[in-house]
Amino acid sequence: MPEHTTLTAQDIVVNLLIFLMASFLGLELIRHVSRLLHTPLMSLTNAISSVSVVAALIVLANPKNDLIMWLAVIAVALAMSNVISGFMITERILLMFKRRGGGERE
Amino acid sequence: MTHEVLIQYLYVLAAVLFILSLKGMSEVKTARWGNWAGSAGMLVAIIATLLAYHVERYDLLIGAVIVGAIIGVPIALKLPMTAVPQRTAMSHAFGSLAVALVGTAKYYQLYPDIDTFTMAVLASEMILGYLTFTGSCIAFAKLQELISGKPLIYPGRNFVSILVLGIAVVLGLALVVDPSQSVLLPFMIGFALLFGFLLVMGIGGADMPTVIAILNSYAGLSAAALGFVLNNKLLIVAGTLDGSSGFILAMLMCKAMNRSFINVLFGGVGAPVAKAGTGAGEARTVVAYSPEDVAAILDGARLVMIVPGYGMAAAQAQHAVKELEDVLEARGITVKYAIHPVAGRMPGHMNVLLAEAQVSYDKLLEMDEANLLFPECEVAIVVGANDITNPAARTKPDSPLYGMPILDVEKARTVVFIKRSLAAGFAGVENELFYLPHTMMVFGDAKKVVTEIVNALKK
Repeated sequence: MPEHTTLTAQDIVVNLLIFLMASFLGLELIRHVSRLLHTPLMSLTNAISSVSVVAALIVLANPKNDLIMWLAVIAVALAMSNVISGFMITERILLMFKRRGGGERE
Repeated sequence: MTHEVLIQYLYVLAAVLFILSLKGMSEVKTARWGNWAGSAGMLVAIIATLLAYHVERYDLLIGAVIVGAIIGVPIALKLPMTAVPQRTAMSHAFGSLAVALVGTAKYYQLYPDIDTFTMAVLASEMILGYLTFTGSCIAFAKLQELISGKPLIYPGRNFVSILVLGIAVVLGLALVVDPSQSVLLPFMIGFALLFGFLLVMGIGGADMPTVIAILNSYAGLSAAALGFVLNNKLLIVAGTLDGSSGFILAMLMCKAMNRSFINVLFGGVGAPVAKAGTGAGEARTVVAYSPEDVAAILDGARLVMIVPGYGMAAAQAQHAVKELEDVLEARGITVKYAIHPVAGRMPGHMNVLLAEAQVSYDKLLEMDEANLLFPECEVAIVVGANDITNPAARTKPDSPLYGMPILDVEKARTVVFIKRSLAAGFAGVENELFYLPHTMMVFGDAKKVVTEIVNALKK
């Protein structure tokens, strides 16, 4: 995929639009998250935002020098540890939320 | 060309999965499904990226992933639930550092021809990322009790903090004006790191739920900013979702304390200074009751409300509390839990601990629901909470707690406080409830006292 070293004005506008839409969508979605689940919500969103591993991979694909390469490698390790532990801990926490007396499910 | 289009479709798929993932969190029933959707989205995003960009050094890539797994997997498997706030702070540190490092790498990669917009976004992304990194490290150290949880207060604290941030911003602006001045970059990074350190050093333990949420928001926003730099729309969406999540949680926490963001970040509540208000001179005494006394009054109750606070987490008393619930329920007594939004050290902290102790989640009541029930309940048992029950929040306009929504425990027929000592709560305000005639103070470690009540009830 060609790399956009310089962004066109159109790119910027489209990205700003996406940012705005995602903000509103995010506010709407999070508002409806059960208060019981605020802790797992944090570990989940943390894992999701570690999609920045994608950014590290993109930089790693085209390192101009060793400094850039190693910065990207460290970033991949940090982000991957978040991705792995984030989803796993969320799963562990959610498994504990049970409703007793009358079956676990409705 | 078709290849490139396919990648874009995969990114759209990943974004949809992330959105569905958060949608799943709206209910306990669908939450696990949501977590799986998120994981699937991540997998799609990584595969699509590896298809689109040819990483030559696969050895380094695999090595980095293995290191990440070595750090991440043991934490995920072994972490005790009481340590979830620390781990959350640590993950914000990792996430924001990763983003900041990629931003730095990107700067050197694009150097020296960087257009103004990209450089402006890069500079703000780096400042945000690096300050979130040190801020989260300090939050981790405070939660892990490696350093004191008390806020570090000194004269002119806010002035120094703002000055440090100001210098970082000015250096960032200088870089925007002339991106080739790479010598300025390490200084900008240094001042951003310093600001994060100063900011969180000034914040006390009980404000951690808000601070963690704010750091969560910053970590997300810096990831979104990186998406602008790389023109990567998936990163913009995922980062923004995380940013708005942290933002909403921070707002909820602030509302639950009747404070503003600014007040939490720069107010330094919980400093020793706040204790000045207690010197009224009147020597009041409280009667200390024994766990057996508590067992006796629980005997005739129909509804018992348990109010957990950070003290329950600190004493790891959640399992003892569940045992108390079981003993009471065996006698036909209804037990409910009243959860204040800022109880504990992170949003939802109490819910997770009680879920770990196998408390059924339909017994966990939010503040408004709980407040309707207190007048009907015979006994309210406060386990390691203080400020969130203090009526000064309603009655004393000069109190630092004034205006904060509280749990109306004093409306219960009898209030049992399980506390380590008579010390004032985090806000340094004495709790009037301790001196009321229908209050029973039981001093001691929360776990020990609750276990003793259980044993007395079993007799």
